[in-house]
Amino acid sequence: MDLWQEGDPIADTTAPDGPVETRWDRRRFAARLVNPANRRKLTVIVVGTGLAGGSAAATLGELGYRVKSYCYQDSPRRAHSIAAQGGINAAKNYRNDGDSVHRLFYDTVKGGDFRSRESNVHRLAQVSVEIIDQCVAQGVPFAREYGGLLDTRSFGGAQVQRTFYARGQTGQQLLLGAYQALERQIAAGTVEMNSRHEMLELVVVDGRARGIVVRDLVTGEISTEFADAVVLASGGYGNVFYLSTNAKGCNVTATWRAHRKGAYFANPCYTQIHPTCIPVSGGYQSKLTLMSESLRNDGRVWVPKAKGDDRAPRDIPENERDYYLERMYPAFGNLVPRDIASRAAKNVCDSGHGVGPTGLGVYLDFADAIGRLGRNAVEARYGNLFEMYERITGEDPYRVPMRIYPAVHYTMGGLWVDYDLQSTVPGLFVIGEANFSDHGANRLGASALMQGLADGYFVLPNTIADYLAAGPFAPVDANHPEAVAARADVEDRLARLLAVDGDRTVDSFHRELGQIMWEHCGMERTDAGLRKAIGEIRALREQFWQRVRVPGDGERLNQALEKAGRVADFFELAELMCVDALHREESCGGHFRAEHQTPDGEAQRDDERFAYVAAWEYTGSDRPAVLHRENLTFEYVHPSQRSYK
Amino acid sequence: MNLTLRIWRQSGPGDKGRMVTYPVADISPDMSFLEMLDVLNERLTLAGEEPVAFDHDCREGICGACGMVINGNAHGPQRGTTACQLHMRHFTDGETIDIEPWRARAFPVVKDLVVDRNAFDRIIAAGGYVTAPTGSAPEAHATPVAKANADAAFEAAACIGCGACVAACPNGSGMLFTAAKVTQLGLLPQGQPERYTRVLGMVDAHDEAGFGGCTNAGECTAVCPKGIPLSTIGRLNRDYLRATAKRGDTPGT
Ligand SMILES: Cc1cc2nc3c(=O)[nH]c(=O)nc-3n(C[C@H](O)[C@H](O)[C@H](O)COP(=O)(O)OP(=O)(O)OC[C@H]3O[C@@H](n4cnc5c(N)ncnc54)[C@H](O)[C@@H]3O)c2cc1C
Ligand code: FES
Repeated sequence: MDLWQEGDPIADTTAPDGPVETRWDRRRFAARLVNPANRRKLTVIVVGTGLAGGSAAATLGELGYRVKSYCYQDSPRRAHSIAAQGGINAAKNYRNDGDSVHRLFYDTVKGGDFRSRESNVHRLAQVSVEIIDQCVAQGVPFAREYGGLLDTRSFGGAQVQRTFYARGQTGQQLLLGAYQALERQIAAGTVEMNSRHEMLELVVVDGRARGIVVRDLVTGEISTEFADAVVLASGGYGNVFYLSTNAKGCNVTATWRAHRKGAYFANPCYTQIHPTCIPVSGGYQSKLTLMSESLRNDGRVWVPKAKGDDRAPRDIPENERDYYLERMYPAFGNLVPRDIASRAAKNVCDSGHGVGPTGLGVYLDFADAIGRLGRNAVEARYGNLFEMYERITGEDPYRVPMRIYPAVHYTMGGLWVDYDLQSTVPGLFVIGEANFSDHGANRLGASALMQGLADGYFVLPNTIADYLAAGPFAPVDANHPEAVAARADVEDRLARLLAVDGDRTVDSFHRELGQIMWEHCGMERTDAGLRKAIGEIRALREQFWQRVRVPGDGERLNQALEKAGRVADFFELAELMCVDALHREESCGGHFRAEHQTPDGEAQRDDERFAYVAAWEYTGSDRPAVLHRENLTFEYVHPSQRSYK
Repeated sequence: MNLTLRIWRQSGPGDKGRMVTYPVADISPDMSFLEMLDVLNERLTLAGEEPVAFDHDCREGICGACGMVINGNAHGPQRGTTACQLHMRHFTDGETIDIEPWRARAFPVVKDLVVDRNAFDRIIAAGGYVTAPTGSAPEAHATPVAKANADAAFEAAACIGCGACVAACPNGSGMLFTAAKVTQLGLLPQGQPERYTRVLGMVDAHDEAGFGGCTNAGECTAVCPKGIPLSTIGRLNRDYLRATAKRGDTPGT
């Protein structure tokens, strides 16, 4: 059987054409509006309370819609966005260093290796400016200079300082801002908050997304909730690799269930492997910890020149060290984009220069910075990260260089959306990391927070009105055949997971799946490896349904049952990721096919054949996925071989 | 290392609960405390027993989900460290470790080590924000903020809402949590218009949720993984006094 089938091309029909600078204005003007009195009659479900979902739910509530918000944590404030460290980009040009909306647009399209849409990215750059204003007004305590104005720093893939930050806790502070706005709406009665609730199915009625099936994680109760539109802001799926920098609960369930109900999944293979994470230390490891990219502002990356040199790092003299990023990429040095830094680390380790007990590590050294700026200045910038490093490894990075290695961090792929952020299921909108929209094949640092808040505060609240203007739609209730069927599917699946009663834990399967993915669909991919992985994933998935053991029952808090459902969906996603990686016979951004590289080992794109978004349609769990191509055209930023030399 | 764990097991809010002893073997000192519990849970699962329920998510000390009393200390023995960031190298081979949930009237136990902390959300909903609807913001540089104030606001804003302060307080008070937010927003120009209505609303919500009063015991700040200082409570008290004095005046000032 074929692994996939060709389908019809797909197009984004909502983005205006004409000058890119005015597209967003023109789209907003063309969009229909909903008058304030009617908004009260319209209900919107928002799944997720991260930067994207939290900001969207708060803003929709302020506008007067009735919002139902869901998250699986005990409080909306704990969404995974809370963990973002380094910063958020915005084209404010406060530094007078040549930044502009156009430059942020340009950097992002280039950083994404020419696999994103110009219209979307330009809008993102425009809106970035308003985000900072909004967050400051909410009381987000960004870092400031002595004069009282906002401080900024550099991030990878840019030569200007446009990254705003709140020490190493930028995500936390931005999320708390959105969370507080959300709580204000909860108190005002416009938002109904349902924490510890997990969405397990999408309800589609007459071709429109009209509701979700959720499980109350405390009581186990399953219910069907209805609305005029559904917004998914459920985050990324990096945990398919088991080990990643994501929070333990991050999952694909919400978007995968929607995919099975007709939403196309775009570019699933585009995964970001972050270059600076604490290396794996043992088989019990449950997650990997990111050391913010901001550290590359002042830290220098190196390995010993001699293979297998196991002297203590301080005993290795300068001339026996290879500062390989500075050597290979003099223009950007340690601040090359993530995909490039990660692959370079892999290559030096594969060639025997890696450090640490496993040989899978490189040094990130602050000795120069401490010498130049003094320990206090370094502590002010990175103190909390240094502490975190010491807590985990037991080593003091002020004295011994950090050891770092790449780890799975972010997923650029996600549900396909048009310019309005609407998926292929009418009435189903997807925002934040859950969609595929703005980062192409590689996301630049500090751009996910920007995108999440752009989508939630500014884009979706405008574009969703155009859809809702046709509502309220005919009422649906729990007895509607589609609702009954969706609920029955959920109950049946939970019952099946509990009934297997096998001899392996959920985690043991998840770990094994992760190894397959890391090996064959990680930093380097090959035709043969991907085919092998697909076979292994299928075999493991079959085993899972025969041998998994989920203790307890579904009538109360059961964390093993929650995990089992998520892992079951990861199996299906993993296969699609491999199929996508297999079909894309080129290297671009985070997708590196060993067969397609330049003589000096850089990613070799093939714009003739692959300048498109791959949007996959689900046709059944044992049927080949159908490929719909959305061609990408570049009018403003001309595709070139990315060069950071 | 080999350890003996004594863990609070409680099947649900209605159950009385009890400590249950579990030996665990071959624990690496490089494991985190939660990874050690993962090892136990895998073993319990295969033995046909129910694993121990505990909240966790980021495992990086920032989401505030994890929280348990370890040998009588909220988040365990290491200062400034959440349970997820605590590593087993701080324990010794052969040790017996007691693990219990947060215990406080305002945080009822859901199951085992999992408690209900929604009361914190209700305190925020009662005023822990700046009213700044999307789109209404002035240009960010319109109002400079003295660096010292911005830094102090950040210190207070670092609270992760884990609830250790409540668990450690002899009165089960949530005043450190409340004061951290009052302090952050009260130090910033953006927070001034609602400064006094905020403190009244939040303190009322705090009391209604069943938290105890603050008697300056200081246990909260000692266990706070983010080191939120006790001085925030002093600040809250001053604002609260001024606010109650003003209560008779024009509303909302
Ligand atoms: C360690 C780390 C550091 C980072 N640092 C940066 C940085 O410095 N700058 C930057 O720009 N980006 C950074 N990122 C990336 C960025 O944080 C994320 O991409 C972004 O926060 C995602 O936001 P989101 O709102 O889309 O999703 P999330 O914040 O992941 O929120 C997902 C929400 O969906 C809910 N949810 C998920 N599934 C379900 C379900 N089935 N049912 C109900 N609810 C569900 C969750 O409860 C949660 O509320 C970092 C990421 C990591 C892992
Ligand atoms: S799990 Fe997030 S703080 Fe411990």
